[in-house]
Amino acid sequence: MSHLHAWLVAVDWIPWLLGPPLAHATLAFLLGPRLARLLALPVLVLGLVAASGLALRVLELGPQVHALGGWGAPLGIELYADGLAALMLWMTAAIGLAVGCYSLAFFSADDRRGTYFWPLAAFLIGAMNALYLSADLFNLYVTLELMGLAAVGLVALSSGAAALAAALRYLLAALLGSLLYLLGVALVYGNQGSLALAGLSLEANLLSSLIIALMTLGLAIKTALFPLHFWLPPAHGGAPAPVSALLSALVIKASFYLLLRLWFELFLPAINLPAAQFLGLLGAGAILWGSWLALQQRELKMLVAYSTVAQVGYLFLLFPLASFAPGAEAAWNGGVYHALSHGFAKAAMFLVAGAMLFAAGHGEIRRLGGLGQQLPLGMFTFALASVSLMGLPPSGGFIAKWLLLEAALASGQWWWILVMMVGGLLSAAYLFRVLRQAFLPTPADTRFRRPPAMLVGSAFLLSLVALGLGLWANGTLALLRVGAPFTEMTP
Amino acid sequence: MTGGLFYAITGVLLFCLGLYGFIQHAHLLRRILAFNIMGSGCFLVLVGLAQRGGQVDPVPHALVLTGIVVAVSATAFALILMRQLYVESGHCTLPGEDEES
Repeated sequence: MSHLHAWLVAVDWIPWLLGPPLAHATLAFLLGPRLARLLALPVLVLGLVAASGLALRVLELGPQVHALGGWGAPLGIELYADGLAALMLWMTAAIGLAVGCYSLAFFSADDRRGTYFWPLAAFLIGAMNALYLSADLFNLYVTLELMGLAAVGLVALSSGAAALAAALRYLLAALLGSLLYLLGVALVYGNQGSLALAGLSLEANLLSSLIIALMTLGLAIKTALFPLHFWLPPAHGGAPAPVSALLSALVIKASFYLLLRLWFELFLPAINLPAAQFLGLLGAGAILWGSWLALQQRELKMLVAYSTVAQVGYLFLLFPLASFAPGAEAAWNGGVYHALSHGFAKAAMFLVAGAMLFAAGHGEIRRLGGLGQQLPLGMFTFALASVSLMGLPPSGGFIAKWLLLEAALASGQWWWILVMMVGGLLSAAYLFRVLRQAFLPTPADTRFRRPPAMLVGSAFLLSLVALGLGLWANGTLALLRVGAPFTEMTP
Repeated sequence: MTGGLFYAITGVLLFCLGLYGFIQHAHLLRRILAFNIMGSGCFLVLVGLAQRGGQVDPVPHALVLTGIVVAVSATAFALILMRQLYVESGHCTLPGEDEES
């Protein structure tokens, strides 16, 4: 055991997080779906090993730097991993592995969609890994675009005009977002003459305000922050279940991660209070409006997609809560913890929604009666994921909300507490709608198909991780503290 | 006004022009073209602003080359999706948006 531990810490894992997924994607394009399926599990398992190794290494040795090809920062591309990056990488690897297992059963070997799913999903995971490891603004732009293009391709997998329209709407929103970000990058470079995230900080002046507004707006579009969420529900709700899980759990977190890095490293000296409060206000709008629309949905996957719109809102409460010294660390931890636990819970929920659709043959919530008997483990998974999304103990979602509440109390911003309470009640309302329906007796004329065991099994494992995040919070928070902008312990 | 600043201001104007077209038009081809104009504006700002010292900075040139590659791929992808949408639905606009607006 100690040998394994020593080996995990000793290896430089950063190249292993980039090479294998990109190689897998290219080979999957060239050699077709059969080989792609064969390679998928080894590559995804290697990804999880590498992410776990990197997390251990960061925890023991501190932040890691890797110069790609031996070329250092001014000329070459330098990669950087601290606790936050290591956690996001681990989440990507773990959810990627579960979604990979699910997809092997979901897309049969001769499914046309499978031909494109494997290369695009591998590119998506490679791009997200590269984004979490990048330390300069332009590299971040390129990874953001690569991730966006792969994600749009995945949305277009579903056939039909509706899926194409959803994909195009998503593509246009993503392109607009990245161009706004790129204009911000151009202004930063013109102003500072450097692109490295470390050591760069804006002064408080008019140009800085413009840069902050451009980059924040661009990334808020990509994260689907209310009222810029219009593209998310059709794209996430209409895609095949494993794609929805990847997009809702991981892709929006990547742009949020970038926003977090920018705000607390680059923007920090130039940020004023109203800007942070405004982002929080939009977050509150997302929580209330997204939950309200989730309550109105008739289709199961659309309900889960609107739930993502609402849950994104909690992420943005981080910005006002972290702008006061007391409670800043709790707010930072709570926001990141929410990103993690929402990732696992939402991936589990979309995967199990796919299994429910498979079993019932449709997604209409009103006609889901009897699923509780047909898919007992599936409905248990849905309930576990719901517990985390509502923020009930002992789940990861509970820890996240607890930390955010603690930050709100410490900084005296009681109005955010109110929003979180109402949001929690609304999420309970829309999630219980599904659970209640599933445990009603089976309508007379319904026939169920038995989904492959892998569909429910991989979703179940993810919901267990969402629960486990609540039980092993100390270790996760210790990792998050490595290289964090707020290092003081809250009393 | 130095030459570099002139290019940068032209770039910002192009970006705003493109943004206007991107939001204003419903036809997808026009929106894709508007996206390309916005991209060119960005590249001009990137190259123009970095020249303030009177010397040419090579870094933005490398960045713009990469940016052009990204923009070309995104444009190709958008065009394919648009053509497929036309084949499937007979429209070159997103549902719910009129061509006249």
